[in-house]
Amino acid sequence: MAVVETRNLTKVFKEGELGAVNKVSLATHEGEFLVFLGPSGSGKTTLLRMIAGLETPTSGEILIGGQVVNHLTPRERRIAMVFQSYALYPHLSVYNNIAFPLKAQKVPREQHRTKVEWAAGLLGIGKLLGRKPRELSGGERQRVALARAIVREPAVFLLDEPLSNLDAKLRASAREELEQFHKSVGTTTIYVTHDQVEAMAMGDRIVVLHQGVVRQIGTPKDVYEDPADTFVATFLGSPPMNLVEFSDVIVGFRPESFLPADLLPGAKHVRFRYKVNYVEYLGAERVLYGAIEGRHFESKEIISRLSWTMPAGYDAGSVHDFSVAESDLRFFDRKTEKRADPRPYPWQ
Amino acid sequence: MQRGGFRTIGARIVHVSVLVVFTILLAFPFYWMVIATFKQNIDLYTVENNPFTFNAKPTLDHLRLLFGETQFVRWLGNTALVGALVVVITLLLAVPAAYALARLTGRWGQHLGIGIFLTYLIPPTLLFIPLSRVVALLGLQDTIWSVVLVYPSMTIPFSIWLLMGFFKSIPKELEDAAMVDGLTRFGAFIRMVVPISVSGILTVVIFSFTLVTQEFVYALTFISPESNQMVGVGIPIFLVRGDVYFWGSLMAACLITSVPIALLYNLFLDRFIAGFTVGAVK
Repeated sequence: MAVVETRNLTKVFKEGELGAVNKVSLATHEGEFLVFLGPSGSGKTTLLRMIAGLETPTSGEILIGGQVVNHLTPRERRIAMVFQSYALYPHLSVYNNIAFPLKAQKVPREQHRTKVEWAAGLLGIGKLLGRKPRELSGGERQRVALARAIVREPAVFLLDEPLSNLDAKLRASAREELEQFHKSVGTTTIYVTHDQVEAMAMGDRIVVLHQGVVRQIGTPKDVYEDPADTFVATFLGSPPMNLVEFSDVIVGFRPESFLPADLLPGAKHVRFRYKVNYVEYLGAERVLYGAIEGRHFESKEIISRLSWTMPAGYDAGSVHDFSVAESDLRFFDRKTEKRADPRPYPWQ
Repeated sequence: MQRGGFRTIGARIVHVSVLVVFTILLAFPFYWMVIATFKQNIDLYTVENNPFTFNAKPTLDHLRLLFGETQFVRWLGNTALVGALVVVITLLLAVPAAYALARLTGRWGQHLGIGIFLTYLIPPTLLFIPLSRVVALLGLQDTIWSVVLVYPSMTIPFSIWLLMGFFKSIPKELEDAAMVDGLTRFGAFIRMVVPISVSGILTVVIFSFTLVTQEFVYALTFISPESNQMVGVGIPIFLVRGDVYFWGSLMAACLITSVPIALLYNLFLDRFIAGFTVGAVK
């Protein structure tokens, strides 16, 4: 096991253009499951590829286990990587795919079978060893790719969107398996995804990236409840956080905190008249799209998320009193869009 | 149901007829070569005879002439040697060049690849005069080394272009994975890219080899002595004497030269067609 650290890591693909990764400094904890989360083009894969040694940084340092590895080739970094496409070797059987890193690293031949069987057993693919990759389903290929990654017991796992090729149902079970797997091997893991549900469910901590810059590093709870800026606030959460501008601040609150006023007893609330424009019925919940009427926020678009346990009657066209607990409000500076200190209502 | 049944039968009839037509079309030259090889001259030249069967007893005379009175075996040997050398030279130069152009030079690789391919389009009939000067300067005239030198100039550009397509179809992630798994870039190329592109490489082998066996202009221009001839030039020169065509021996020589290549094609047919990278990447 090892800690991965980057110091001011930068990658510029074309001189004069904005970097794909800009001065990223971060460090994993020992045995941690760290998730790089960001939209496409945010630089998360480039960052991972630099850590793997598949991309040369323009500047900055990469450390694995306390040692600077910038000058080391991928094979010298004691890492294993699972690619988005799995990158199974098409001309080799499953057995030879899993044994490939052992052969490439010149592990004595007599150890191959034991190690391959151990890895295959751990992932439940012991019966597939004779097959070729083209004869496997998506889920099986993913497991073969994982088995190939663990077989030589690397110091760090790098996973590049390994679930994105699976269908929704398989993805949920694969996610769970991957978590179990990480718990059982305990190797430091860096996981790249654009799927916030995956990030929230699996990550010990999440690194939110946007345009090659780290916007926030924190536990899933941190980044969801205390976003560092408006990008994080709107990127995480579906539907995203409501943001309303008010003089020099932006006030944010989650759709699930914006509820019918009579359901929120207690004193410290901010009340609004809320006109529902249309309703999305999603089974376990209803999502209301509407606008505030009157006072400071006339006709601001606001989303509310009501659990199915709440009473019905919030139909399109109706107007109600809604409120948010003051403790659920988040404030952002209007210029920098970064977090600002809370202010008492009416926020002046 | 009934209509569907008719349609299936109709489709089968069309399918089978197309196959039969093409099979006859492709097999007929071989049949003709075989029958002409063993026919007596009198049978061959009598216009009233049915040309498709033996009208007199088959004979081995034409084969005797071919093997006894010409240096056919020597020509076959020359051709095989030149073919093997040209294949080796082509592979040694085209495989790394195609890989570099496909992978490392980005957009310029594509343009350069097309540029190299264009040189293949310059016909030998334009080039044989300047090239004969080159061959003479190097003192290679009348030896098989002249064609060993010249043929790669035709095989390499085409092979680079062909292999570039193959290498491009191999996902880059496979090499990345191989490098993470413990290989160097060169190791990943040799142990990952080459085995996966085996169909492309075999195509290059067969293309280069057939080009050597059938090329005429250079072989005719650069080599005169009978013992150094390539099979494609030796046969027409020494089996057409004045206005006398030794048809039986000509056909025998063609048959013996073409059958191994036809078999080779058949042997690797699956390799050419097989979707070799299927399953590598979803």
